[in-house]
Amino acid sequence: MAWVKNRVLAVLVLAGLAAALGLSFLTQAPNRLAAGSGISLVQLVSDTGGQPIDAWLALLPALLLVGAIFMHPARSTQILVCLAATLLLTGLAGMAASHATRLAGQSGAIARTSLGGGFWLLAAFSWLAATDAMQRLAQKPIWRLLGVGVVIVPLGLLLGGGAFKDLSLLKEYANRQDVFNAALWQHVQIVLASLLPALLIGVPLGLASSRSRALRPPLFAVLNVIQTVPSIALFALLMAPLALLAASVPVLAQLGIKGIGLAPAVIALTLYALLPLARSTAAGLSQVPQPVIEAAQGMGLTARQVFWRVELPLALPVFLAGLRVATVQTIGMAVVAALIGAGGFGAIVFQGLLSGALDLVLLGVLPVVAMAVAVDALLKALALALEPNVND
Amino acid sequence: MSGAASASATRRAWARDPLLWALAALLLLIFGMAQLKPLFAALFPALERPVYAQDSFFGLTLSHLKIVGLSSGFAVLVGVAAGIFATRASGREFRPLIETVVAAGQTFPPVAVLAVAVPVVGFGEAPALIALALYGLLPVLQSTLAGIASVPPAANEAAEGLGLSPWQRLLQVELPLAAPVILAGVRTSVIINIGTAAIASTVGAKTLGLPIIVGLSGFNTAYVLQGAVLVGLLAVVTDLAFERMAQRLGRWQAAA
Amino acid sequence: MIELQHVSKAFNGLTVIDDLILHIARGEFTVILGSSGSGKSTLLKMMNRLLEHDSGRILFAGDEIRSCRPEALRRRMGYAIQSVGLFPHWSVEKNIATVPTLLKWPSDRIHDRVTELMTLLQLDAKLYRKRYPHQLSGGQQQRVGVARALAGKPEVLLMDEPFGALDPVTRAALQLEIARIHKALGTTIVLVTHDIDEALSLATRIVLLDQGRIVQSGTPLQMLSAPANDFVTDFFGRGDVGIKLLGLQSVATRLRAGERAAGEPVLASSSLHDALSIFLSRRVDRLPVVDGDGHALGAIDFADLLDLRP
Repeated sequence: MAWVKNRVLAVLVLAGLAAALGLSFLTQAPNRLAAGSGISLVQLVSDTGGQPIDAWLALLPALLLVGAIFMHPARSTQILVCLAATLLLTGLAGMAASHATRLAGQSGAIARTSLGGGFWLLAAFSWLAATDAMQRLAQKPIWRLLGVGVVIVPLGLLLGGGAFKDLSLLKEYANRQDVFNAALWQHVQIVLASLLPALLIGVPLGLASSRSRALRPPLFAVLNVIQTVPSIALFALLMAPLALLAASVPVLAQLGIKGIGLAPAVIALTLYALLPLARSTAAGLSQVPQPVIEAAQGMGLTARQVFWRVELPLALPVFLAGLRVATVQTIGMAVVAALIGAGGFGAIVFQGLLSGALDLVLLGVLPVVAMAVAVDALLKALALALEPNVND
Repeated sequence: MSGAASASATRRAWARDPLLWALAALLLLIFGMAQLKPLFAALFPALERPVYAQDSFFGLTLSHLKIVGLSSGFAVLVGVAAGIFATRASGREFRPLIETVVAAGQTFPPVAVLAVAVPVVGFGEAPALIALALYGLLPVLQSTLAGIASVPPAANEAAEGLGLSPWQRLLQVELPLAAPVILAGVRTSVIINIGTAAIASTVGAKTLGLPIIVGLSGFNTAYVLQGAVLVGLLAVVTDLAFERMAQRLGRWQAAA
Repeated sequence: MIELQHVSKAFNGLTVIDDLILHIARGEFTVILGSSGSGKSTLLKMMNRLLEHDSGRILFAGDEIRSCRPEALRRRMGYAIQSVGLFPHWSVEKNIATVPTLLKWPSDRIHDRVTELMTLLQLDAKLYRKRYPHQLSGGQQQRVGVARALAGKPEVLLMDEPFGALDPVTRAALQLEIARIHKALGTTIVLVTHDIDEALSLATRIVLLDQGRIVQSGTPLQMLSAPANDFVTDFFGRGDVGIKLLGLQSVATRLRAGERAAGEPVLASSSLHDALSIFLSRRVDRLPVVDGDGHALGAIDFADLLDLRP
């Protein structure tokens, strides 16, 4: 198969084709409770109801991508692939949005158009195609990070402009905006309330263990055990003692510390965040080259100056990696905390699960994923921005 | 050391083995929870039923282990195979793509994967199996890539130059040398899966998380505690067992 | 034994080996000498197909090297590299037994072969058999590496800067070792190095490479006394040529048999370079010469170093 120049793209295109043909692109239902009927991409394209521009916006880039499989892997080809994939992604979303709007126009506001598995997979494959092309183009990781964002920008613009408002997902959001906002606020609260104490406890612990060899084994043994215990178990295990504590010390109950709710969740999440923070602090400090420290001491810096001016900056990249892990982990685990009454997006997710509403589930899951991705990218960019300075 | 002295030294080593203690505790609680009824009754006098009895703990444990075992088995097979592929000359093109998928996937909380699987395949064990298999794939893939990359290039070059075929090189040199790192990834994957399987009780899977969920909705803190202790112990025992395996596997490594 | 006929290779459009013709005879100790980028490692790796040549033919024992699977070819050749590449997860014994195991030798024959080679490389077999590579020093690791390369009784031994990563003392010891093994076993050896002294002391034939072409090939004496061009002269060090030539000949060749001299004797087998050093440090112009057992053989004059006798 020597004429296939880009095997990755070929695989993605084939997979996309399978998804387009085999799964439903959208599902539509007369109302929220009725079961939906699937609409395949083929149906959608052939029945655009007088607005073929949508179909062309999606088909043209798709054809370009297929063609790019056989083109020589030059820089221009990669840029073409990147643009085509972005257009495809935007076009698919646009098609879904305008179909939803059309349906709402025909059958009224209670009709529901949902994004089907076909859409999600095609969107994912287009995004992967764009990312792969970006990685072949840009060598420096910072450009890759920025490039990935560029792919998302057109979607963001559409979203902000209200193009998606007739999709069931956004209708769900519109209906429950106050619940959503409350959940957002609770989720952020949980994450911050766990990370701050974890930083205040974990960083000094990591610092201490990097200075004292004796401390390391017992400290990390304990933290490892905590990390091993599954989140739901730790949440649950904290409930009984906290409930007993609140019962015997009434002032705590007045402060809001009870067996359920925020208290056990925050305590558990703080404990979980300790390991990545302590470990990355210790690892970051211990990888500072000894000759550099000695040189600084030789130049006459005091121990405190050596720490703040030499060790800390050099340990920062490793520490930031640990902070990134801790934050993403906490954002994700906070979802489970809803089971013990702490609220947050988990409440929406579990409500959706129990009532069988995929849109509710997505309404809870997507913001969590978006938060995690955003924080992850932000901290990665921060670490990259710091590194050239450190190497000077 | 004389025979008797070395025998008693071995017995003392066994007595201090944390894995054995944890395993003993786990087994005792699985089979003997009902015996602790007086304890729970004393701790929670307001409860009518202080010990979870709707399913046997043994049955729940077996079901939990089955779900984790099947999904982790899949994750290990596919993850290691994909990792090997991405590190061969023929698969090198796919490596950035695979690394992107792994990195992106790990920003998803495992609960999210479980939650999204339900509307697709319904309630019960199926969403749990799918979610755990897919999510468990990621750490295994990542550690396979890292493990194979950690094989000293000199060992690879020597193996090739001495006349090992590519298969022989993979099976006799690369995989054994990558094994400790790969095992660490499998360990992470399995431990996460044990936790997610417990949460899967919310969608109808029968696991040790069920007493926790039932207890939470019925305000029965005793149930919650029983479920939590068992899940926690199961995870700890599994982790210790992996630790033991890692020690055996890494015997040839220099002391850190 | 190995023949390269009009062999060329290019990387990314850059010619690395340029229309090379080379013949390596059986039993020879050929040293491929050159500076970084001269193509010497590439040349070696083409011989066992770790790299494939672009054009020309390479023959091993009369057969085209592409006529069989690469693994089969490599199992007939020993291969030792600078970074040694011992398998960390195998004991010394298992490392050495790599090729014999591939060749499916019976296990007791493998066991004996390991003992034989460890003795040959002066490693205490009982002590080190079951040790792991991380427990050995750099010099010991390379000894195991050489033993591993020789284990399958290869027809030729390929070595890519094998002693480059060792300290000078260990390097000298191992160079002596390999010279001894060559004399004892008569194995054909092809060794790549950029170290001139190593080449001069070990080789029966030197092949000097520059930019993928053979500049000159010949015995060490020929390379020093009859350089083909300025490049060769400069490579071996214009100023040092005379001294280096002395290193190639032994006292025995300039011996005045039967004559006498006072003072501590010098061995007949030592090089004229060593003799020069002794002359200068003792500030004498005549030394007695003895053989390995201490029997007097004669004497050597300072002037004999210049070989001015009629």
